[in-house]
Amino acid sequence: MILEWLLPAILTIVTAATPLVFAAVGEAVVEKAGVLNLGVEGMMVIGAITAFATAVSTESGILAVIAGAVAGLALSLIFGVLTVYLQSNQVATGLSLTIFGLGLSALIGHSYVGKTFSGLPKLQLPVISEIPILGQLVFGHDGLVYLSVLSVMAVAWFLNRTRAGLVLRAVGENHEAAHSIGYPVRLVRLSAILFGGAMAGIGGAYLSICYTPLWVENMTAGRGWIALALVVFASWRPWRAFFGAYLFGSITIIQLYAQGMGVEVSAAFLSMLPYVATIIVLVLISRDSIRARLNAPACLGKNFHATG
Amino acid sequence: MLALFKLERRPETSRAMVYCSPLIAVVLTVFTAMIMFSLLGVDPVKAITVFFIEPISSVDGIAELCVKATPLILIGVGLSLGFKADVWNIGAEGQLIIGALSGGGLALAFYDQESIFLLPAMLVFGILGGMFWAAIPAFLKTRYNTNEILTSLMLTYVGLLVLSYLIHGPWKDPDGQNFPESRLFHESALLPILIDETRLNLGWFVALLVVALGWVLVSRHVIGFQIKVVGMAAMAASFAGFKEKKLVWLTLLVSGGCAGLAGVIELSGAIGQIVPSISPGYGFTAIIVAFLGRLHPVGVFFAGLLMALTYLGGDSAQISLNMPNAVTGVFQGMLLFFLLASDVLIRYRFKFSQSPPMSERQQ
Repeated sequence: MILEWLLPAILTIVTAATPLVFAAVGEAVVEKAGVLNLGVEGMMVIGAITAFATAVSTESGILAVIAGAVAGLALSLIFGVLTVYLQSNQVATGLSLTIFGLGLSALIGHSYVGKTFSGLPKLQLPVISEIPILGQLVFGHDGLVYLSVLSVMAVAWFLNRTRAGLVLRAVGENHEAAHSIGYPVRLVRLSAILFGGAMAGIGGAYLSICYTPLWVENMTAGRGWIALALVVFASWRPWRAFFGAYLFGSITIIQLYAQGMGVEVSAAFLSMLPYVATIIVLVLISRDSIRARLNAPACLGKNFHATG
Repeated sequence: MLALFKLERRPETSRAMVYCSPLIAVVLTVFTAMIMFSLLGVDPVKAITVFFIEPISSVDGIAELCVKATPLILIGVGLSLGFKADVWNIGAEGQLIIGALSGGGLALAFYDQESIFLLPAMLVFGILGGMFWAAIPAFLKTRYNTNEILTSLMLTYVGLLVLSYLIHGPWKDPDGQNFPESRLFHESALLPILIDETRLNLGWFVALLVVALGWVLVSRHVIGFQIKVVGMAAMAASFAGFKEKKLVWLTLLVSGGCAGLAGVIELSGAIGQIVPSISPGYGFTAIIVAFLGRLHPVGVFFAGLLMALTYLGGDSAQISLNMPNAVTGVFQGMLLFFLLASDVLIRYRFKFSQSPPMSERQQ
């Protein structure tokens, strides 16, 4: 009997967590390369509107996701050129990316308010998906959910098991040393930033074509910032970011179920939960200052300028 | 692209570029905007006129410019202190809302009473409310080493939800046909209007006063000096015995207080009751204002006026050109991009790579 509400609850957690997984894992790679991009919110929201606009006009989910990724990537390119090549302050540039993204998405989205999209189809394998409970739990999601898991695996493998991943981490830990060995510091950083942008774009696309298949201004509602917090929470490790995202997904749905079960708390207070939880988690993780410093990439947020 | 020239560090930072960079950014923004407008099928010259000239071609327009600039300048002055010291309070929007609720709550508690003390008390409550909201990230940063960027931003969302709760619940106007709005404030809870038939109010003078105070603090007081040193060289500052934690507290409390003051002035000067959207993102725009104003109170003053104009321009474009006023946010973001890009010229200069001309090579 418990399974009757547990299964839908888990499915809701998955949809709430997936956009965060994309954005957080992308940002983890960016930060591992020593770059702090605070524009995740802006890239997500641009990904969301571009994907939604594409979905409405082409009726194709795949094209929509690609469009979202490209839009996030395009926005991150601005950030990359400014911070990596023009030495601009990373914090300020990231903030302006968010302000710009929110404004531009509202401008583009103006004519898409009120339109709808059917959403991505769920995976339906013959026989397997029909296994009671397990079939729905493992094989009943839309394609992006599987892509998010795959991308976590790929990123974890890339960072820890490949030579290129090692170079990326070296650039993030000590860009001067990496440069003197002959690694292309700026190219590595720009590539990481672009990857992060595309991932944030896909995360945003998930919001507008799967989570709530419609466009609302500012629909990311701080998820980009929560993704940034998740990266700190995860100590820059992809799998921990993944589980962190699911933890947050579960907090998000508490509000839905609490209201459903008739808990006498104002909706506004329940909506505060994810934000308050983010603060609490950040406090817990950064309380031990020595450990927090050991985990963070040493060159995080510092610009690199080659001399000589 | 970058093969043509490379950046070379200047022997010392260029002071001329510090002041030229905002101008370059404004020119580039207007230029890009004109391209954008013509792509959208609008006559670019007309669009720029509608956006930047029309809104301020009347007394009413200029008064409205000052009304919009008031919160931007107030918050911008506060934020610039923190940014100088490398303390990133980006939750000014939340502090503005909590400040507005603190001052506005007082106005509602005494909504039917006349008193000359009410208004000053509201302003003080506004400042305290903003300070309280900024004290949370300050406490978490100094005590638990928690990143103030993320905590102050998360608190903005919490602040918005507090507003939404109060306005849909206990503070809803009992005679208001269930609209999510508070009662109208009593006369003695409203800031005096300076020019009849406009919304220009005493808050404008408060903003000017804060600019003056900020200027004194930055250039004449030892705290201003400490803030600068901490931002430029944290190590040197700690050797000199400056308390970094004290400055974190100070800059967050000052910027929070300024934002709270801006909130209560917006309520009692421009709006007159508590509504669901008190601010169209002043707290975020003020970040741009601080940078555009070179983190200096006097610069913030001019930058605040310019950014206020983008709000008016957005409204005017909506009316005259039938464009969504979200165009304002695009302008603001673009301006900050160009500013940050041209700021590179403060510390670096472009050096064109000198490959010798073909004729010389052959000799």
